[in-house]
Amino acid sequence: MNKEIMIQIQNVTYAYEGDEEGSKLSPVLQNLSLDIYRGEFLAILGHNGSGKSTLTRLCNAMAQPDSGKVYVDGMDTADEKLEYDIREKVGVVMQNPDNQIVATIVEEDVAFGPENLGVEPSEIRRRVDSALRRVGMYEYRNHEPHKLSGGQKQRVAIAGVLAMQTECIILDEPTAMLDPQGRREVMQTIHELNREMGITVVLITHFMEEAVQADRVAVMDEGQILLLGPPREVFAHRQVLLDSGLDIPQSAKLADRLQQLGICLPGDILTPDDFVSSFRAYREGKR
Amino acid sequence: MIKDITLGQYFPGNSPIHRLDPRSKLVLVFALLIIIFLCQNFFSLALITVFSVVCVLLSRIPFKTMMKGLKTIVFVILLTSILQIFYNHEGTILWQWHKIQITTGGVSMAIFITVRIICLIFVSSLLTYTTSPTLLTDGIERLLKPLKKIHIEPHTLAMMMTIALRFIPTLIEEVDHIMAAQKARGADLESGNLIKRAKALIPILIPLFVNSFRRAYDLAYAMECRCYRGGDGRTRMRIMKLSGVDFAAYAVCALLLAGVIVLNICFEAVI
Ligand SMILES: Nc1ncnc2c1ncn2[C@@H]1O[C@H](COP(=O)(O)OP(=O)(O)OP(=O)(O)O)[C@@H](O)[C@H]1O
Ligand SMILES: [Mg+2]
Repeated sequence: MNKEIMIQIQNVTYAYEGDEEGSKLSPVLQNLSLDIYRGEFLAILGHNGSGKSTLTRLCNAMAQPDSGKVYVDGMDTADEKLEYDIREKVGVVMQNPDNQIVATIVEEDVAFGPENLGVEPSEIRRRVDSALRRVGMYEYRNHEPHKLSGGQKQRVAIAGVLAMQTECIILDEPTAMLDPQGRREVMQTIHELNREMGITVVLITHFMEEAVQADRVAVMDEGQILLLGPPREVFAHRQVLLDSGLDIPQSAKLADRLQQLGICLPGDILTPDDFVSSFRAYREGKR
Repeated sequence: MIKDITLGQYFPGNSPIHRLDPRSKLVLVFALLIIIFLCQNFFSLALITVFSVVCVLLSRIPFKTMMKGLKTIVFVILLTSILQIFYNHEGTILWQWHKIQITTGGVSMAIFITVRIICLIFVSSLLTYTTSPTLLTDGIERLLKPLKKIHIEPHTLAMMMTIALRFIPTLIEEVDHIMAAQKARGADLESGNLIKRAKALIPILIPLFVNSFRRAYDLAYAMECRCYRGGDGRTRMRIMKLSGVDFAAYAVCALLLAGVIVLNICFEAVI
């Protein structure tokens, strides 16, 4: 993987404003540093309130760090003049699909971003069609958003970000409100964007199974990065994960239980596929 | 149940009426409403009635649907007709009982007003039946552009309308959920007198309001993430252009206006 940096977060501390004028609550992010590489698929894990959504706000210039710096493609987010250039590069998809769709028709909603950027009408048309095809929602372009399923709505939201031709998409728990079917659709879509279009994907999630499929996993705790690395390295620290209130992938859990019963499966097990092949190898060995 | 309400009442189609530019439709409907009020006798009214019926036929909206639209105001029509019949004492007396009398003048006025109201309803409901809500708000935004000079932002108005239309179904669904949740806790929403039932609505309205604020906050965030910064420098995907159908419609309406004026002059006014 090339190591060009897309988003650079340097020693960032951030606290929300308190109720009283000028007062600050205790910091949500503390001296946090993280480099997000161009074209990578980064998953961010962390218990509720660990500051994941806050980090998102800092990455697209919706909030500025109290100390430290955030650079998006070399642009300082503290520079007010660059605010919209930054948001053009970094798109955000939120958890609740209902609250991020603005227009009454699918294609109108996808056009919302490019319209705000002042793109030419014919170019908007082209971008909207291609974005909708990309996420497999082209046939639904004239539908009303409220009649779509959760997974479909979320894909429309992703198309809305794509139409702005962002280089990086941050998805804040995009699958939290979806059923397994919708979750599969959305995950497949974002993996395709990452693989085929080279878009940098930052996926905030509570599902370990989704994190396992990423290039790198970052674990946040108390406003800091606790662990960072490829999924296999991160999930090897089982105790650290459990201590910070997180889970480990089902397959890994099952392998652990078997180990306690004296059945030692070979290799590192993270995904169901790992488990199956490892179990096969174990059976072969027994014979 | 509540979910079944369809809003905007738009019936997609490809008739000449559907194909009219939304700006033209807005202007023409407004003009037609005025023309309908200009009618002073049965001859001009007949002209307008024929025109309205032709429009409905052209739009291929079934008459049954149009009649359904009338159902909601049947009460208003009845009330005005009855008032006319009893309070208008012109012409020859048809029926009398003590002080109450029905005259030919009263009856013809009642008919006149009923037909006029029906024409008004037909014409104005054709607007919403044949134009998608998005196009309608778009059209309003573009028509109101001149208001910018007096510091009213037509874009803001149109955006508010769009968001309202977008969230009505969402909120209706939410009301359903909240009602189910409150019923599950033993809330009684159906029995009791009016005041009691109004009071029972409070536990539904409060969560609805709180959630709406949350939604508004989220939506504002999502809009800002997508670089929204008001109407300045914003382009639109849809280009609006007047076509032959529009010019034809303008011409027809101009002729109609001329016809109504001529008929008003030639024949005696009844109103
Ligand atoms: N607008 C705000 N004003 C004040 N405090 C806030 C605000 N938003 C979040 N916080 C606080 O900041 C902390 C971190 O919140 P954040 O939303 O970033 O967490 P998160 O990791 O995204 O959690 P979750 O998994 O629940 O989404 C929480 O303690 C929260 O209470
Ligand atoms: Mg969050």
